[in-house]
Amino acid sequence: MSTRESLSASLPVAGIQAVRAHVPELVVISGKGGTGKTSVVASFAVLAEDVVVADCDVDAADLHLVLAPEILETHSFVSGHEAVIRQGDCDASGTCHEVCRYGAVIAGEGSSAFVIDPLACEGCGVCVELCPSRAIDFPERDCGEWFLSTTRMGPLVHARLGIAAENSGKLVSIVRNEARNAAAGNGCSMILVDGPPGIGCPVIAAVTGAAGVLVVTEPTVSGAHDMDRVLELAAHFQIPAAVCVNRWDINPEGAESIEARARNHGAAIVGRIRYDAAVTRAQVEGRTVVELGGDAADDIRVVWDRVQRWMEGSTFPGEEF
Amino acid sequence: MIVAIASGKGGTGKTTVAVNLALSLSGNVQLLDCDVEAPNVHLFLEAQPEGREVVGIPVPVVDADLCNQCGECSRLCQYNAIAVLGTGVMVFPELCHGCGGCALVCPEDAISEVMRPIGVVEESRSGSVHLVQGRLYVGEALVPPLIREVRARSCEEGVVLIDAPPGTSCSMIAAVRGSDFVVLVTEPTPFGLNDLELAVETVRVLGIPCGVVINRAGAGDDRVQEYCAAEGLEILLEIPDDRRIAEAYARGLTLVDAIPGIRPLFASLAARIEAVPPITAGYPVEKSLADVHS
Repeated sequence: MSTRESLSASLPVAGIQAVRAHVPELVVISGKGGTGKTSVVASFAVLAEDVVVADCDVDAADLHLVLAPEILETHSFVSGHEAVIRQGDCDASGTCHEVCRYGAVIAGEGSSAFVIDPLACEGCGVCVELCPSRAIDFPERDCGEWFLSTTRMGPLVHARLGIAAENSGKLVSIVRNEARNAAAGNGCSMILVDGPPGIGCPVIAAVTGAAGVLVVTEPTVSGAHDMDRVLELAAHFQIPAAVCVNRWDINPEGAESIEARARNHGAAIVGRIRYDAAVTRAQVEGRTVVELGGDAADDIRVVWDRVQRWMEGSTFPGEEF
Repeated sequence: MIVAIASGKGGTGKTTVAVNLALSLSGNVQLLDCDVEAPNVHLFLEAQPEGREVVGIPVPVVDADLCNQCGECSRLCQYNAIAVLGTGVMVFPELCHGCGGCALVCPEDAISEVMRPIGVVEESRSGSVHLVQGRLYVGEALVPPLIREVRARSCEEGVVLIDAPPGTSCSMIAAVRGSDFVVLVTEPTPFGLNDLELAVETVRVLGIPCGVVINRAGAGDDRVQEYCAAEGLEILLEIPDDRRIAEAYARGLTLVDAIPGIRPLFASLAARIEAVPPITAGYPVEKSLADVHS
């Protein structure tokens, strides 16, 4: 591991968020789902002194299951609009059906010539604009809720995207913003973000302007493939990246080669976590891995120590794990 | 018949179920990898490439000679993708959803559309399996249009399996909508159960029948089974928690090849899936935005 420049000196120029993020954010992502992001974040939350935790996996949020939050504030998330045909005013011109590119205008039943499938409607408003009898309403769309909570590890900002709702990226941005407010208000030194899987809209919303990303991966062909893609994403947005291989002993040679790949992307290697049945047991008991203890807990403590030093820009002992 | 394999939680084994089910079904199968952010099916099948196509969404181009900066386009646009600035109109292609509204409302006919690439769709074949895979370009945010492009390439005959992205938001909907049956893959843990409940709610909103596959059965607790019993959800298959399975998966092997004892489990799942009655009659077939455009 070579000496790193101070991260603060290499903050990405990825928009206004970088300027506003006085409290550094560490975003835990993976590309592939199920590699252990949430278990790692929950344990970090216990080990950290004064952090705000943000659960940005807004359509399958799980952190609350182990952090047991007491919800202090609930806010609704209203975003975008949806088209709704007023059947009494519809003269069945079929214009809406012709202009919709999302297949959202479908044949109705009985006296309704057409109806809008809210699950397919993108909220573009083209049908609303072009309907010759102006028979389409365009109300705001209720897309879920976000919460400010307190936990035994400190403040938690989390959310629930409405079932089948759009705009998860916007909800992620709200959660991050509120976490920054909570961090400033509580004098916290870091924001820990549990990121969503994938590389699309919600992930981009979760990482832009962050001080660093930690990629939790696993030594599988899928884990390696998807790690490549998130590391490319981090490079695209000029965010420093570190990698941790979870369940490494399932495939030791695979762990070796995935770390080599990560180094080729310029990522720091911050350690390995052993496969440990205690990880699942902790979840079943509603606790974090480090609260339960065991091999994985020991490894996570080492990883946390290295992540902190990496975030501070200092060195840590080499790569002989 | 279209069967989607989905889950709320990521990493529960969607791809494992999709690939091994595809190999266990009789006759030709189309397998659509709609997890375009993290497409993994190809890692488990030695498939011969058959085609590759760059796909995109139509974005506006403004003819400055015809434009009089009336602002109708930006008034309509819900995504802030087009704006009148000073004496010109500025387009922000990465914000555009390709609805085409700006071109339709422009009174001067100054707006045409060009395709902005967002990813590729790759087709390949491995024995009886025809694989269609979407691959989002790194840095692109908008996922559903690429999923719709993958869906638009499915043929009507035989069994079509869809490997869906995790979650319950718009990309999962784009992958699952219009299928006849959804296989929800979960694991017997609190995270698995929480996200299964969200996925079941979502699939019920879509009005599609579903069943559950429990992966890593025995690793956690019994709450997933209890939930399925209470909700009347059929448990289609339980894949045991077995280190040999994890190791085979890690190396990119299919379970039906690497672990012969697994074959009967997937054979019975295949028989169950083949008996699913189609419900998609009359459902709108996915339109490719490219077709809409041309």
